[in-house]
Amino acid sequence: MNTEELHQIAIDEQTRQRQYKHRLFVCMGTGCLAAHSDQVKQSLEAEVERRELKGQCQIASGGCQGLCVAGPMVTVEPQGTLYQHVQPQDAAEVIETLDQSPIERLQDRTTESFFQRQTKVVLNLAGRVDPERIEDYIAADGYSALLKALTEMTPAEVIEQITASGLRGRGGAGYPAGLKWSTVGKARSEHKYVICNGDEGDPGAFMDRSVMEDYPHRIIEGMAIAAYAVGADNGYIYVRAEYPLAVKRLGLAIRQAQKHGLLGNNIGGTSFNFHLEIRMGAGAFVCGEETALIASIEGGRGVPRPRPPYPAASGVFGQPTLINNVETFANVAQIIARGSDWFTGIGTEKSKGTKIFALTGKINNSGLIEVPMGITLREIIYDIGGGIPNDRSFKAVQTGGPSGGCMPTEYLDIVVDYESLQKAGSHMGSGGMIVMDETSCMVDVAKYFMEFCMTESCGKCVPCRVGTAQMYDLLNKITHGEATLDDLAMLEKLCGMVRATSLCGLGQGAPIPVLSTLRYFRDEYLAHIVDKHCPAGVCNITAAERTTA
Amino acid sequence: MTNVVTLKINDRDVSGRDDETILEIARQNAIFIPTLCHLDGLGDIGACRLCLVEIKGNNKLLPACVVVVQEGMEILTDSPRLAEYRQMIVQMLFAEGNHVCSVCVSNGHCELQDMAHTVQIDHIDLAYQYPKREVDASHNLFSLDRNRCILCTRCVRVCDEIEGVHTWDLMGRGIQSQVIIDMNQPWGTSDTCTSCGKCVQVCPTGALFEKGKAVAEMTKNPAFLPYLVSMRESKKSP
Repeated sequence: MNTEELHQIAIDEQTRQRQYKHRLFVCMGTGCLAAHSDQVKQSLEAEVERRELKGQCQIASGGCQGLCVAGPMVTVEPQGTLYQHVQPQDAAEVIETLDQSPIERLQDRTTESFFQRQTKVVLNLAGRVDPERIEDYIAADGYSALLKALTEMTPAEVIEQITASGLRGRGGAGYPAGLKWSTVGKARSEHKYVICNGDEGDPGAFMDRSVMEDYPHRIIEGMAIAAYAVGADNGYIYVRAEYPLAVKRLGLAIRQAQKHGLLGNNIGGTSFNFHLEIRMGAGAFVCGEETALIASIEGGRGVPRPRPPYPAASGVFGQPTLINNVETFANVAQIIARGSDWFTGIGTEKSKGTKIFALTGKINNSGLIEVPMGITLREIIYDIGGGIPNDRSFKAVQTGGPSGGCMPTEYLDIVVDYESLQKAGSHMGSGGMIVMDETSCMVDVAKYFMEFCMTESCGKCVPCRVGTAQMYDLLNKITHGEATLDDLAMLEKLCGMVRATSLCGLGQGAPIPVLSTLRYFRDEYLAHIVDKHCPAGVCNITAAERTTA
Repeated sequence: MTNVVTLKINDRDVSGRDDETILEIARQNAIFIPTLCHLDGLGDIGACRLCLVEIKGNNKLLPACVVVVQEGMEILTDSPRLAEYRQMIVQMLFAEGNHVCSVCVSNGHCELQDMAHTVQIDHIDLAYQYPKREVDASHNLFSLDRNRCILCTRCVRVCDEIEGVHTWDLMGRGIQSQVIIDMNQPWGTSDTCTSCGKCVQVCPTGALFEKGKAVAEMTKNPAFLPYLVSMRESKKSP
């Protein structure tokens, strides 16, 4: 496929789309599917059939709209009307009113700010592209960045663009992507690999899943550009088996791209070859750590190994390997297409672009959001998230998953970027954002994350294997009102030790939820220990009280 | 091509090749760094974390057994902080399993016991876990008592790297991890085990022992390993 052929597919597809007077996109994201959006789509199709409108009205599958709480969602184009909570029985009314004013009943004005305050880069085609059709993606300028890179740019120029864009790893640590790419590019080897880390496993996080489900081609395009830039000829997308829809769509997308000559040998008529395969994880959280992920791809037990050597020098099968997160790769094509200057225009000085968050917990508009770096937590929680339900008051927000921290009210006005979240004792993480209100017990929250780390520890190094279990036992004692101040001192000692001595990020990060809740909510710990009382009323410690009395 | 480098360990100037680890250089210069999962002749995994050292200019502690030396490195192998962490690691190992020295075949010849002396712990501050672990005495020569296992994986590595059999492996995650034979079956039923006994000799504790040994009678001699490896290497090279 060359640029002209790609252009022709885009024109053909756009012409085909223009035939329709109306195009309805039913969200087929996991959230809406769980609310039976497939049945909504079926009944809309049946209704179009019944009214013999097939040539004028297209019913298509679309990607996630973000507002998962209001599913199933249907977008009506070209008007751009967004219907929420659509039921199969609403189909007749939706089709009937296509040429009239939209149905008030299925719209919700209060959620307008949810959409208006976001800046969509990675999710900019939200809901209007069928993830299972490559033509849809090509019609939206898809794969033009890949062909541009292959035909108009040298690998060094591609790396230069990525470096200039200031793009940082979206997996959590925020390592500069350009630096990583140039390191792998410089490594000398006949074969190199590019890996997309789709082993998202943080509790409450579903950003990468959505991106993989809705934009499989965008990830493939980003990976192919990366492969060209670093000189790789093979790639893997590592997805957890718990994401069957993502696996299915990525598999389909790979086959479509191969068929169109956008993957495989001589891509775009050039001498560039890139072969891409999916590898499924077996549900181990630790496989999100890059060296464990590599071990898993190689067919071994998914346990981390000490770095250095870093994967950039010795990765899959001992070859130089570029590993980036799903969201990182999903940013690449647009940076190449629109230039790094456009990208640096979004965000803060040190953190460029946007970040996708999975907004969950005690919040009205839970769902998937994409915001520019530099937005405040308050804007996210109150403007986009619509505040806390049931008139309760905000208590803390947790970011960064099991190795992240909780930030209390006084941090609501800090800006969201890598540095300031770190300063507040948390970190960006991959994008989970859990909001808590006055009914959440912070000790209980810390215990929950510690239990997660304890069960997900691979068991290789002693501090993580034994330390997480010891810390969990101590937290359990505290929530049962059986702990003493000595136990608290031991807990703090263990936190420092496990953080400093563990082999990989899982163990090093495991104490952070405890440390951050101790930093901001020490009084709650003391209430459990000294007063044998849980201020939020979550922990059941009456039994312990009786025995001590 | 390897280069020679000079560096400082505990303020002492030492030299080394740039493919040698900190641990190797330290041992050549009679500087002691505690280790448990490391064994001369086996590949290193950096799992026990006892050999963590401080390196000037790096805010992370690094395992001496796997980190190779660099020109100008300034390494500190002992500090109050490292001493405290090492004590906690050994405490964790004692609290994790069921280590009862007085009835153990390896009493007096146990690397874990020795390590407790070395890092100077006389009691355990952590809560004992008292796990329920299985004993496997189905092999006609050897026994496995998982209660005394510290998951150093020396048995797994020696069986894979030296004997080339890979009878041993690990199962489970985190605190539930355990060593297993083949597809988690009784040792005596293993088709792959050659009964060479290398795993028993490299095991640092009384987890693997020869049958017929009573309390404190099981002495081990893993010194054959570096000899075996060096003989093998010398045969390989022309």
